[in-house]
Amino acid sequence: MQGMMGRLLLLGGALCVVAGAAQAEEVKRGGTAVIHMVSEQGVLNPALRASTGVYQISGKFMEPLIDKTYDGYVGVLATEWSSSADGKAITFKLREGVKWHDGKPFTCDDVAFSAMNLWKKLLNYSTTLQANLEAVDCPTPHTAVFKYSKPMPLELLVAAMPDLGHPVPKHLYEGTDILKNPYNQKPVGTGPFKFVEYKRGEYIIAERNKDYWRKGYPYLDRVIWRFIPDKAAAAAALEAGEIHESGFNGISMEDMVRLSKDPRFDVGPKGFENNVAHSTVEFNLRNPILADIRVRQAIYHALDIDFALKTIMRGYGKPGRGPIPSTAGANYTDNVPTYPYDLDKAKALLDEAGYKPDANGIRFKLKHRPAPWGEYTQLWGEYYAQALKKIGINVELVTNDAPGFLNGVYRDHDFDTANGWHQFRADPAVSTTVWLRSGAPVGTAWSNQFGYKSDKMDGLIDAAAAELDPAKRADLYHQVQKLEMTDLPVIFAIEHPFLGITSKKLKNHHNTPRWDSSSWYDLWLDQ
Amino acid sequence: MSLPVPPLLTYTVRRVVQAIPIIILIMVGSFLLIKLAPGDTVDALVGDMGGADPAFVARLRAEYGLDQSVMVQLWRYMLKLAQFDFGWSYVYEQPVITVLMSRIGNTMLLMVSSLVVAFTFGVALGAIAARRAYSWTDNMISTLGLVFYAMPSFFLSLLLILIFSVKLGWLPVGGIRTIGAFKTGWADVADVARHLVMPTAALSLIYLAFYMRLMRTSVLEVMDLDFVRTARAKGAGGARLMFHHVMRNALLPVVTLLGLQFSTVLGGSVIVETIFSLPGIGQLAYTSVVKRDLNTLMGIIAISSIIVVVVNVVTDLVYAWLDPRIELK
Repeated sequence: MQGMMGRLLLLGGALCVVAGAAQAEEVKRGGTAVIHMVSEQGVLNPALRASTGVYQISGKFMEPLIDKTYDGYVGVLATEWSSSADGKAITFKLREGVKWHDGKPFTCDDVAFSAMNLWKKLLNYSTTLQANLEAVDCPTPHTAVFKYSKPMPLELLVAAMPDLGHPVPKHLYEGTDILKNPYNQKPVGTGPFKFVEYKRGEYIIAERNKDYWRKGYPYLDRVIWRFIPDKAAAAAALEAGEIHESGFNGISMEDMVRLSKDPRFDVGPKGFENNVAHSTVEFNLRNPILADIRVRQAIYHALDIDFALKTIMRGYGKPGRGPIPSTAGANYTDNVPTYPYDLDKAKALLDEAGYKPDANGIRFKLKHRPAPWGEYTQLWGEYYAQALKKIGINVELVTNDAPGFLNGVYRDHDFDTANGWHQFRADPAVSTTVWLRSGAPVGTAWSNQFGYKSDKMDGLIDAAAAELDPAKRADLYHQVQKLEMTDLPVIFAIEHPFLGITSKKLKNHHNTPRWDSSSWYDLWLDQ
Repeated sequence: MSLPVPPLLTYTVRRVVQAIPIIILIMVGSFLLIKLAPGDTVDALVGDMGGADPAFVARLRAEYGLDQSVMVQLWRYMLKLAQFDFGWSYVYEQPVITVLMSRIGNTMLLMVSSLVVAFTFGVALGAIAARRAYSWTDNMISTLGLVFYAMPSFFLSLLLILIFSVKLGWLPVGGIRTIGAFKTGWADVADVARHLVMPTAALSLIYLAFYMRLMRTSVLEVMDLDFVRTARAKGAGGARLMFHHVMRNALLPVVTLLGLQFSTVLGGSVIVETIFSLPGIGQLAYTSVVKRDLNTLMGIIAISSIIVVVVNVVTDLVYAWLDPRIELK
């Protein structure tokens, strides 16, 4: 890879100030960043597939209206946003002078087309979010007015935009079969990098967009994503210097801990705050034993969360406090009922519920399905089985791959307990509350598989989704958390961020809370 | 007026025609077997994405034809297959034939190089070991063979990566080419060869051990036969005796094994290709199962069964060439 690095050094001065005062080093231009990806992505269009795997790649080509930084939400393709008093019209001022990679200007037409045809109709999670979107008006080429039939909290829309607000170029999509459009595999965006080539099973190459609207950016000449399905081989490639970064727990925890002691790498959760997930224990309330709240409380009391945090997550994470993670800002509260590790209390609760141990010390048996989402969920499932043995519950583990798990749990409800993770997506209304609300069709993944139905919960969720006042909205979500921690259809046991490992040669890395999904316009390579 | 048809040709044509019902049976059986696995490609996709709303899921199912009954899906698939249309891969968003063609070359390269290495070195070492049976050389070779045989290929692969990539930095960790180097001509060939050194070693060593053990036994057996004594009596000795008389006869069982193992090497390539992130059909098969990419998987099965059938025919032909006593009927 040597030899192709541009060696144009920028001397101090103006551009370094632009890059941020914290960077005392001189920014070097040029070079290729090589990034590890575990699995392939068939669709590279973030307006069709809301998934971190898609953003990791497409985020360099396609930009959202708004992105999230450590200083809050900042405009990318939008510059200002405001809501009408009744919450039914939300106006975005769009950035002027932005061009698509093919040279055509970016205007409100693109936003209106994307919102009505992709965000509202085709994009997962967004179809629910934008269900009440009626039209997008373009009073000027750079003003977009989103019209809703019911009040849309501005706070919710803004929080959702970094993930669910990527416009596509109308001139390439209009009048085509959007799902089969070839630009879904060779994206054309406004971002700092242009798509060059996708070689299936091997790599994707992106090159510098010379006409990027942030003048002077990006620093890198190229970004290459390499698909390495084997995590041990990926760790070896990092060590051999063949790749610079692996995000979202792309290598095993064992290697992560080992390489965190290696001075060549930065390891940690920084830059993944937007993608916090919970390791869970999910109950099937159709089982009469588990329908008893005392049994669910007993199971919570039997879990030594600190032990699991130390051994499985190696200290990266904290005990969960209900469906909303501590990174959620005002919508989070830790003022909820908790269930500390206490085996005696757990046993007493089970006795009280009428499940006394038999001659072998067994109270009852549970069929448990651990999700195949990688190391955390697998080990957490095994720990859960061991922990429950201590209070006389025999747990039979039924392991499947992803389609088997999703069908067994969400469609067939063929489980007593299950464990997996639940990812928080910026605002509780995007993906969290659908898990607790009743009424989703059977079989929908990450919808209410517990058989949990609480009119109070449904009422709180619906009220919060339509509440325009941020303070009242936050209060409603605090009540959701408290009620969930009381009813316990699911234990949000551990809140953990994803981990990344990055070569120290990369500079300005992980400087936003959704860095792997962001555009990397200010990333540079020191070599 | 009838032209004399060479027996070799009739034999080959007959074998190929016989293979067609076998392949159809394989395809139908595999289709139904895959359908027995819980969940479909939409479930896998939704799992990958971290969830989707019901409308999205229903729309995808309808688009992929997964809302039909299994028998309808099978019928549609077989109809397409009859027209040599492998369908569309919803995971790669490409026609299956494109996905397969871009990978089959890499797998064939890996398989052929591994089998050539395994066969050549296995036969040579086996013959040497037999020539010096029960000597120090023989023990050395046999012990080495045992070690190769006992070492699982995934472990060997990681060990090789650790030594030659991480510690020594001589060879690349994985892939088929240096990405972004855009080499052409011989530089490209050398680059690919460098990338194939470790995968070939990892895949071939087990088979090398097989051939070596078999060749050793086979040579020892042939050496005791009457015609070898006759050959010796008429004055053939040393190299001529070994190459012309003994090895040619001793090779028969080894060739049988080679033909048989062509298909198992295809299986072994799944692990090796995954670890070395080689874009071959082994790795493709693995991801296709995980993602329930039915069309791609069926395409791989079709190609693999064709390869295996062809190799079996070729093996039979090689028999006849090695041992003229065997007649092709």
